[in-house]
Amino acid sequence: MIKISINGTVHDVEVEQDTPLLWVLRDVLGMTGTKFGCGVAQCGACTVHVDGTPVRSCQLAVGDVGDMPVVTIEGIGATPAGAKVQKAWMDLQVAQCGYCQSGQIMAAAALLTQTPAPTDADIDAAMAGNICRCGTYVRIRDGVKRAASQA
Amino acid sequence: MDMQPSPSPSGASRRDLLRGLAYGGLLLAVGLPLGRLAVAREDAPTVFAPDAFIRIASDGAATLIMPQVEMGQGIYTAMTMLIAEELDLPLAAVRLEAAPPSDALYGNPIFKVQATGGSTSVRAYWTPMRKAGAAARAMLVQAAAKRWQVDPAACETQDGIVRHAASGRSLPYGELAAAASHMTPPSDPPLKDPKTFRLLGKTQTRLDIEAKGNGTAKYGIDALPPGVKVATLSSCPVPGGKIRRVDDTQARAVAGVRQVVVLEDLVAVVGDHMWAAKKGLDKLVIEWDEGPNATLSTESLRAAMHEAAKRPGVPVKSEGADVRPGDAGVISASYELPFLAHAPMEPMNCTVHLRPGACEIWIGTQVMTMVQAKAAQAAGLKPDQITIHNHLLGGGFGRRLEVDMVDKAVRIAAHVDGPVKVVWTREEDIQKAMYRSTYGSWLSARLENGKPVAWRHTVVGPSVIARWLPPAFSGGVDIDAIDGAADQPYAVGGFHVDYVRHEPQGVPTCFWRGVGPNNNIFSVESFIDRLAREAKNDPLDFRRALLTANPRALQVLNTAAAHAGWGTPLAAKAGERVGRGICLQTVFGSFLSTIAEVAVGDDGTVRVRRLVTAVDCGMVVNPDGVISQIQGGLVFGLSAALHGRITFEKGRVQQSNFHDYRVVRIDEMPAVEVHLVPSTEAPGGIGEPGTTTVQPAVANAIYAATGVQLTRMPIDQTLLAKGGRT
Repeated sequence: MIKISINGTVHDVEVEQDTPLLWVLRDVLGMTGTKFGCGVAQCGACTVHVDGTPVRSCQLAVGDVGDMPVVTIEGIGATPAGAKVQKAWMDLQVAQCGYCQSGQIMAAAALLTQTPAPTDADIDAAMAGNICRCGTYVRIRDGVKRAASQA
Repeated sequence: MDMQPSPSPSGASRRDLLRGLAYGGLLLAVGLPLGRLAVAREDAPTVFAPDAFIRIASDGAATLIMPQVEMGQGIYTAMTMLIAEELDLPLAAVRLEAAPPSDALYGNPIFKVQATGGSTSVRAYWTPMRKAGAAARAMLVQAAAKRWQVDPAACETQDGIVRHAASGRSLPYGELAAAASHMTPPSDPPLKDPKTFRLLGKTQTRLDIEAKGNGTAKYGIDALPPGVKVATLSSCPVPGGKIRRVDDTQARAVAGVRQVVVLEDLVAVVGDHMWAAKKGLDKLVIEWDEGPNATLSTESLRAAMHEAAKRPGVPVKSEGADVRPGDAGVISASYELPFLAHAPMEPMNCTVHLRPGACEIWIGTQVMTMVQAKAAQAAGLKPDQITIHNHLLGGGFGRRLEVDMVDKAVRIAAHVDGPVKVVWTREEDIQKAMYRSTYGSWLSARLENGKPVAWRHTVVGPSVIARWLPPAFSGGVDIDAIDGAADQPYAVGGFHVDYVRHEPQGVPTCFWRGVGPNNNIFSVESFIDRLAREAKNDPLDFRRALLTANPRALQVLNTAAAHAGWGTPLAAKAGERVGRGICLQTVFGSFLSTIAEVAVGDDGTVRVRRLVTAVDCGMVVNPDGVISQIQGGLVFGLSAALHGRITFEKGRVQQSNFHDYRVVRIDEMPAVEVHLVPSTEAPGGIGEPGTTTVQPAVANAIYAATGVQLTRMPIDQTLLAKGGRT
């Protein structure tokens, strides 16, 4: 039995230690907001926060999470940066198919927590790991800037 | 009882809609009653169902039975706007329900099958949806007028209420719904004058936007029927190959693995969750019978296409003076596109629960009835024994116009007790997929006095249409493959277009965002630039002179040129060469011009700095939705231009995931500008034209920067190093 804290709630899960957090969230706990995109940390769709840091959950074994708190898209709205990013994403109508946007929002929220007023170069560095196949990048960039401006 | 209620767009109905979307939009009514029958709802009963699309309950709740699927293009919002406009309902008061499979009721009016694709939805439903709304509104008005004993023409509607101004009476639709169901539907209800539109042409918030920002939006891959197991699979890496032998000893020993299913052409591992299934899959020892395609290579496939190009084609257009390659004074060139994967962010998946005499499916698909037919075939059942829960699509791009993932999942499920979710790894998604084919174009023209006087275009490529929509394949011509070639916008004198159908050996091909025009716009616009050079003319001026009879095309060209600053100097850093290039296209019923601005490094690296697109897509439903689709379509085309390439060696696809099947990321993004040209013409399609416009604009810009004309995609940077090939 492994204990993990997700969005402030402790869950007991019965899986192998090497099971990636992604599949624990999606297939064991039924928290499907975090998405599977590539399985090899190339696309960012599975991004969650572990102890405040954006992490590709397809690459993090659940046994390595320990007592570090996990925040997912289902819980990010409770953080100041997450709420601002979600609002900016709505205001600018960022999402198209929306499948990558959980990961985009998690990456953007982490960026704004670390760097409240990011430059374009900061945005490129923080967001280049998140692929959007619909090509919403123009609005993602604007969304990060808009969220940053809502101090 | 007459009353004056407040309008119905309450927060509650809005929440209900989003709640519906959160579970896939899909309060799927199995065996939805047809015609004018009432249907039981979870809340108030539907009492008014004038056609296949509209349901109004006794409490006034309105439901749109949505024939089109949402894959990011914003069609849930656009379709709802069309019906809400004529029905005089607030947008937020309309709930959505995914249409069940039925070509008869929900067939796309353009394809005649229930499909979402080809940038057709608004073009197909602009009139039918509005007429459906107008007819329902007329029947509600008739019901009110009858109750009040007044002239229907003296009644008006607003926000879900019928009013009779002269007597000050009003009734909400819900109270009229039962009576309206007894009124005669008008055969040809009048539609609103566009000048009076309250919703259409005005930007509306996407109905799916909130659910797509908080993790509650449900895609096919999110289906979790009780007791579901997860499977992942490996099909033969060589298309058409079979399983010879599988050793699953180690796979079965993996914790959480429940079962290994070996079929003729694939093996699947079923587990408690995806990780168990994936670990199990990696432990399989599979011996393949690779079959007849084991020696395929990119080179052999390309050589076969070039050989096919020598065959006489089927004439598509043949008017006036002809021109043949090799004749004196004739300018000729050929252009080619590579194989491509779709790689939507949601990998292929399909969840199936197969029981005796029944099959339940959870999926996100562009083709409901094709899923139904394929599942019935694979399960040995009748179509009406198949229930489909359609979901939001995590990208379609044409890949979800196919049902190979359904066929495989149902065949696997036949060996599994209980529901099983079959999820493809990204590697499976890229390597064992269906592909955008290679296409080629062979063009020739003759110039006199700096203008073309004869033009010949031979299009070489497979016919996806012949398999996917057989009635549309007639006389040996694929109407998609020649789209953009047979109807190019320029006055070129004698005009001859041929089609040579060439199916690449072994490779399953399918539609890909931009479809046939990807090939034809790339080749025509590249060749137009070539002719402009031969005529010693500016690419913009050369085009303008050939567009005097095509004012809409000329207008978008001029609009893009003005915004892009055509002809003004471009700044260049040391070690860079810079240039601009044009694309003009008139496909999907829309007129677009894109001007690309590139910087090419001395080492050949290409940076696209800016894309400026002008669009005339006729009357617009949701303006911000159009801009969004063009922005995204440009990025899709840019990925193809910069990186897109599936190659084969020994029958196998050589790319496997996003590290070697690259797509554009945010740090490669150019500045993007989209300019809408106002229009009162019929609506055009907008999902795909942004994509097809990029490759030629970028290639022409690269020529302007370097003097090198690229005739194949993706861009080969080794051709662009300063001073020649590196």
